[in-house]
Amino acid sequence: MDRRTFLKTGVALAAVGAVAKPYIARAQASGPIKIGMMAPLTGVVAAGGREMVDGFNMYWDEHGGEMAGRKVEIIVEDDGANPDMALQKARRLVEQAGVSMLFGNLLANTGLAVANYVKGNGMPYFIPIIAADDLTQRNRIKNVVRVAGYTGSQFPRPLADWCLKQGYKKAATISQDYTFGQEQCGGFCQTFTEGGGQIVSQFWHPLNTSDFSPYLGQLANLGVDVIFAMETGADATRFMQQYSNFGLKGQIPLVGAMNMTDQSVIRTMGSEAEGIIVAAHFAEGSPDPVTQKFVAAHVKKFNKLPSLYGFSMYSGAMWVDEAAKTIKGNVEDRDTLLSAVSKTELTGSPLGQTVKLDAFGNPIYDVHIRKVVKNADGKLWNAPIATYPQVSQFWKYNPETYMKQPPYSRDFQGIKKS
Amino acid sequence: MSTDAMPRLALAAVLLGALAFALVPLILPTYQVSILTEVLIYAVLAMSVDVLAGYTGRTPLCLGAVFGVSTYVTVYYSSTFGGSPYVGMALGVLAATVIAALFALLAIRTSGVYFLLLTLALGMIVWGICLRWTSITGGENGIRGNVRPAELAAHLPFYYVVFVAVAVVTFVMWRFVHSPFGLTLRGIRDSESRMRALGYNVSLHMFIAFTVAGLFSGIAGALYAMFNDFVSPSTVALTQSVEGLLMAITGGIGTLFGSFIGALAIIGLENAVSLYTERWQTVLGVAFIVIMIFAPEGILGGIKTLLARKRG
Amino acid sequence: MSGLNAFQLLNGLTFAALLFIVASGFTLIFGLLRIVNLAHGALYLLGGYAAYATASASGSFLAGMLAAMLAVAVMGLVLDQGLLRFVRGHELRQVLLTLGVGLVLNDMMLVVFGGDTYTVPAPEFLRGALRFAGMFYPKYRLFVLVLGIVIFILLWLLLNRTRLGALIRAGVDDPETIEAMGINIRRIFLLTFMLGAALAGLGGAVGGAFLTLYPSADAEILVFSLAVVIIGGRGSLVGAAVGALMVGMLNTVGQVMFPEFAYFVIFGPMAAILAFRPLGLFGRTA
Repeated sequence: MDRRTFLKTGVALAAVGAVAKPYIARAQASGPIKIGMMAPLTGVVAAGGREMVDGFNMYWDEHGGEMAGRKVEIIVEDDGANPDMALQKARRLVEQAGVSMLFGNLLANTGLAVANYVKGNGMPYFIPIIAADDLTQRNRIKNVVRVAGYTGSQFPRPLADWCLKQGYKKAATISQDYTFGQEQCGGFCQTFTEGGGQIVSQFWHPLNTSDFSPYLGQLANLGVDVIFAMETGADATRFMQQYSNFGLKGQIPLVGAMNMTDQSVIRTMGSEAEGIIVAAHFAEGSPDPVTQKFVAAHVKKFNKLPSLYGFSMYSGAMWVDEAAKTIKGNVEDRDTLLSAVSKTELTGSPLGQTVKLDAFGNPIYDVHIRKVVKNADGKLWNAPIATYPQVSQFWKYNPETYMKQPPYSRDFQGIKKS
Repeated sequence: MSTDAMPRLALAAVLLGALAFALVPLILPTYQVSILTEVLIYAVLAMSVDVLAGYTGRTPLCLGAVFGVSTYVTVYYSSTFGGSPYVGMALGVLAATVIAALFALLAIRTSGVYFLLLTLALGMIVWGICLRWTSITGGENGIRGNVRPAELAAHLPFYYVVFVAVAVVTFVMWRFVHSPFGLTLRGIRDSESRMRALGYNVSLHMFIAFTVAGLFSGIAGALYAMFNDFVSPSTVALTQSVEGLLMAITGGIGTLFGSFIGALAIIGLENAVSLYTERWQTVLGVAFIVIMIFAPEGILGGIKTLLARKRG
Repeated sequence: MSGLNAFQLLNGLTFAALLFIVASGFTLIFGLLRIVNLAHGALYLLGGYAAYATASASGSFLAGMLAAMLAVAVMGLVLDQGLLRFVRGHELRQVLLTLGVGLVLNDMMLVVFGGDTYTVPAPEFLRGALRFAGMFYPKYRLFVLVLGIVIFILLWLLLNRTRLGALIRAGVDDPETIEAMGINIRRIFLLTFMLGAALAGLGGAVGGAFLTLYPSADAEILVFSLAVVIIGGRGSLVGAAVGALMVGMLNTVGQVMFPEFAYFVIFGPMAAILAFRPLGLFGRTA
C-alpha cells in the first residue's frame, strides 16, 4: 500500500524531472533507476523499519525523486525481521524486479543473510544500519558497502576513553547476547582495560528479556564506578526503566551503546532516560545548523525527532546519490558505481561534517559523547558534551594488526589482563 | 478403499502434477523457479507433518525444529567445519532423525492437545538452544553457509536436483504410509485401544512413525540448507512448524500428496500478498481461521469427499 | 557470580505473580472449555494497549486496569460467539483457530499502535523503590505480588464458595451431568471464557507497566503461560499457582546461573513433567 503510493509520487516527480532535464536523461542508460529497499515493517523492530523507509523516502522527496537526473523507483519490501524472509525478498528484488542496487535491513542477521546472497551475484548492497564488524573487516564483501553506517565496536571505544577520563576505574557491562552486543561491549572493554580500567563482570541476556531484575540485583552489588549497557528496542526501554525503578539511577552512572538512547527508544520514555551517556556520530541535539535543519525538516514531515534509522537511511541515500552524480547516473555498471561510492566524500551530511569511507568501506566520523537531556520543547534528545575527531572502525590500531585478533564474541572481549 | 489402491484417476492426477512440476520451471523466470524450489522443499516438511497428523492422528508442532536441526548441522559442517556439503547433508538428516527419536520417546505417551503442547515445548527447547549456544550456532546471527556446490549455483539445475530428490522421497513416503505398517498406524489413529487389544505394540509403532517423520523433515531441512546457504534461529522457530502444519492442513490431512497443493497455496499466497501489503501475518491468520471453520479437510481432502459423494 | 539471595527470590516471586494472573485465565478456559487458547497472549497484549490508552488519557491506573479487563472480556465474547462456536467439540480445530486469531490480532495491534515500545503509566505512589531488609526493591513489583495473591484468593473464593464456582468445577469434571441437571452449561462456558479473557487483559495492564508493550510481547507471555499450565495441569487453580511459582523461579535461576541454557531450564522440566505426568502435576482425567 505504502509502496504503491510512493511509486506514484516517485513516477509523478520523475515525470516532472524528465521534462526539465531531457539532456541528462539522454546521456545514460535509459529508464528509471530501480532501488530495492528492505526494512522490517512487521515483527519486533517494526517501528525502526518504518522510520528507515520514512528517512529514505524523505531524501528522494527532497531531491525531486531523482538520482543524478534519472528518476528513481523504490521498491520497498518487508523483511519481517527474519533472515529467511529477507533472503526471499532480496531474491525477488534482484531476480524479479531487476533492481540496480539493494539498500537497507535493520537486524544484523537479516543483513548477514542478504550479504551472503549478494556475495554470489555482485549486486551492490548498501547497509547504513547493519553494523556487523566483519562485513567491513575480516570478511569483507566488495559489493557490500556501509554507506553512512558504522561498526558495532566503533563508537564504544571513544566512550570507554571518555569514561577513563572521568576517573572511572571499575566497570561492568550488560548486553543483549548476540554479535551486535558482543561487538559493542568488546570495543568498550578493550579500550577501557587497555587504558588501565578493570572490567569486573559481564552479563549477557537473551534478546527480548522482559525482566531485568535478576541482572540488576547482581549489578547493584558489584561496587563498580560505571555500568556500560548495550540494549536495543523494547529491551532498552525496559532496562532503563527498571534500572531507575530499582534505585540504581543516580547511584551508579549508566553509559551505553547509542541504540539504547536512540530517539526510537526515548521518544516514549520519561525521566528514567535522562542523563544517560552514549557515544555516536549522530546527535539530534547537536547545535550544528546543518543538523538542526535536518531535524526540523524531519519533525515537520513526520512530527517526531529523527532516530538513527531515519538519519542513516537519509544519509545513505544522499551518499549513493552523490556518487551517482559523479558517474552521470550510470549506476547499472556495478564496478563503476562501487568505486564511485567508495571515492565519494559526503559534504552535505546532516552531521555537518565531511564524511569519507576508509579503505574497507566503513565511514570515519567525528564521534560525539552525547547525553540525554530535555530540549526546549520538553522532549528528550541527545546533546553532545564532548567530541572525538576522526574515529575509524579501527580506533588507534593498525588495521592489519587489528584484524589479526579474533572477532569479538562472548569469549573474546579484548580484555587486557593487568 | 480409494486411498489404498490408488485408483486410476488419482494416479493420473499425481502423474500430471509431477509432469507440471517437471516442465513448468522451463518457462518460468528465475525468481519463480526459486519459489517453486521452496515449494518442493516445504512440501516434504508438510508431508512429514502429515505422516503424524494424518496417519497416527497426532498433530506435531516440532517438526519445523527438527527440519531446522538438519539445516544447522548441514551448514555448520560444510561452512564452519569446512567439510563436503553432501556429507553435511547426510549428517544433518542423521541429526534430525536422532533428535526426532529422542522427542518420540517423550511424546508418544501423550495424545490430542497434550501431544501438540508437548511437541511445541520440545521445539521451543531446540529454538532456545540454537539461539543461546552462540559458540556453535552463531546465536541470533546464525551461520552463513557455503553449502551449495558451484555446479548447482544456477536456479534450474538446482531445481531439478531438488525435484528428483523430492520425487524419490515422496515415493518412499507413499510406500511407507501404504505399507502394512502404515495401515497399522491408521488403525491406531482410529482406535488405539482396539489395536492394543489386537496385540499391536502401539508405542513402538508410534515411535517408529515419529522417527520416520523426523527423518523426512531432516531431508527437507538439508535441502533447505543448500537452497538458502544460511541458517539462523528463525529456521527452527515455532513459525516453521506452524507453517508446515498449515500446509499439510490446507492440502488435506491424511492425503500425503495434498502437501504439494498446500505448500504451493501457502507459499504462492505469501508471495502474491506481499506484493500488495505488509499484512501477510493477518492473511495467514485469516487463512487459518477460514480453513478451520469451513474446510478442515483441506483442498485435496475436500475434493476426495466430493468425489466419494458423487460416486455413491 | 553472586548466587541466589533474597533479592532474586523476590524477583522470581513477583514475576510468578504476574504469570499466575495471566495463566489462571488460560487454565480456566482450558479446564472448562477444553480450548487451548493460543490467542491468550494476544489478549494479554490487547489488554496492555487498552490499559495504556485509557490510563494515559485519564491519568488513572485503576481505570486502565478496568478498561483492559472490559475490552478483553468483550473480545473474548466475540471470539467465542463469533468464531469458536463453529468448531465446538473439535479440540485441534479450536487450537489452530485460536492460533490464527492470535496472528490476526497481533498484526492488527501493530497497525493501530505501531511498533514503538509503550509502558502503562503506573500511579505515582507505586513508582520508585522501597528500602527494607537492607535492600532496595521497586514498589510496583511488590504491588504485583500482592495483586497476584489477591487474585488467587478471589478466584479460590469464586470457585469454592459460590454457586457459579461449583458449576464451573463440576463442568470441568463432568459437563454431561451438569447438562442433564437442566443447567445451561453454554452460558457458564461463555462466562468462564470471558472471565479467563478478562484475566489475560488484567495481566496485560499489570505487566505492561513493568515489562512494557511491544509487538512480540504476546508470544513471549503465551509461551510462559503454556509452561505454567502444562506444569500445573488443566483447569487447576492451585496447579496454576504452583506452575507460576516454578516457572517464575526457574526463569530467575536460569538467567542467573545458566544463562546459556535459560530456555532449557524452563522447558526441560516442563517436558519431563508432561512426559511422565501427561496431565500435569494437578491435572485430573476428565
